[in-house]
Amino acid sequence: MTKVTMTINGKAVSGEVEGRTLLSSFLREDLHLTGTHIGCDTSQCGACVVHVDGKAVKSCTMFAAEANGATVATIEGQANEDGSLNVIQAAFQEHHGLQCGFCTPGMVMSAAALLKDNPKPSVSEVREYLEGNICRCTGYHNIVKAIMAASGQDVSAIAAE
Amino acid sequence: MYAFDIERPATLAEAVAALSNEDAQALGGGQTLIPTLKQRLASPEKLISLTGVAEMKGISSSGGVLTIGGGVTHGEVASDGSYKALSDLASNIGDPAVRNRGTIGGSVANNDPSACYPAAALASGATIVTNAREIAADDFFVGMFETALDEGEIVTAVKFPIPEKANYQKFVQPASRFALVGVFVAKTADGVRVAVTGASNEGVHRWSAAEEALSKDFSAKALDGLSVSADDLIADLHGSAEYRAHLVAVMTKRAVEAAA
Repeated sequence: MTKVTMTINGKAVSGEVEGRTLLSSFLREDLHLTGTHIGCDTSQCGACVVHVDGKAVKSCTMFAAEANGATVATIEGQANEDGSLNVIQAAFQEHHGLQCGFCTPGMVMSAAALLKDNPKPSVSEVREYLEGNICRCTGYHNIVKAIMAASGQDVSAIAAE
Repeated sequence: MYAFDIERPATLAEAVAALSNEDAQALGGGQTLIPTLKQRLASPEKLISLTGVAEMKGISSSGGVLTIGGGVTHGEVASDGSYKALSDLASNIGDPAVRNRGTIGGSVANNDPSACYPAAALASGATIVTNAREIAADDFFVGMFETALDEGEIVTAVKFPIPEKANYQKFVQPASRFALVGVFVAKTADGVRVAVTGASNEGVHRWSAAEEALSKDFSAKALDGLSVSADDLIADLHGSAEYRAHLVAVMTKRAVEAAA
């Protein structure tokens, strides 16, 4: 067992992990931050996306020991300070960007990473950025629309298909 | 996953020492190795994570040569832009989250027969720098998942001479997004080099007939009539050997037309 210390959603956290402990397992099983979902465990679906030192990563494909000393952001830290939904989360709600909700934590975290680097993306840039996030309910259309709306762009021209 | 230990050295010297243990395996960004461990296709007793090694980070350019640390991620290469064809290639590996972890050192050391970077390294005439020596790309990529690396040897950097013109064209395998066939073309004062990935059971390789034709006349037209033998090309449910042979010629033409 190795001791790891990291800052998660602004709080210093430490724990004992095995070599094989994935960051996703550490978050979910040790810290009970179960908002980070494990959809496939094969780094394809993106439900486990979190930010490590500001970069979107698949937490099922990174060991907890490798996040030692890192700053981690998960879906639990995304709401505004008063507990209300942040702009991306609110846009997902407003534009029906989720149905069963399983992929949503990863979608929101990927969207946040995209908008940090590219505050006004085009529709095709949004779709390209979500290449590693799979949704089996929505057909993606409303997810894309929600992210466009969260970026402050007019989405009235994005017709429902 | 089965139980193993993990170490995260901070210096190259510590990493080399840790890898002298024959049961230890280097871990780059882990985007190939971690899924491999989950499937138990590999089962080392100890992983030596290279993500904390400061000497393997950073990109620098000097005298027309771009040096990329072995620990540099695909995302960092994608946003660098000083060798445009290489940055474009990096920006199409995997997905954004994979690109934030996967490293160039890990990719060339793994030498997946469908990986993108080996084609760039071979076509550019890159030099693979390790903790022990420098290896020309022509000598480095030995075969499918095989390289000239010795046990415990670490890719610390890859040096790319920046060509006059270059381009990479990838025909994406729709499920994995790896290259079903990828072709990197690089034109320098010394001639043209063409490297093909995804197609061959021998892994990345050069297409010498196309290189000769393009060195005389760098145009897609110069490739008219040239074809690749389907012998020893990969055949699977995504495409036959003949289909891949055809794609090699098509992607080479597209790369020449797009080269800048």
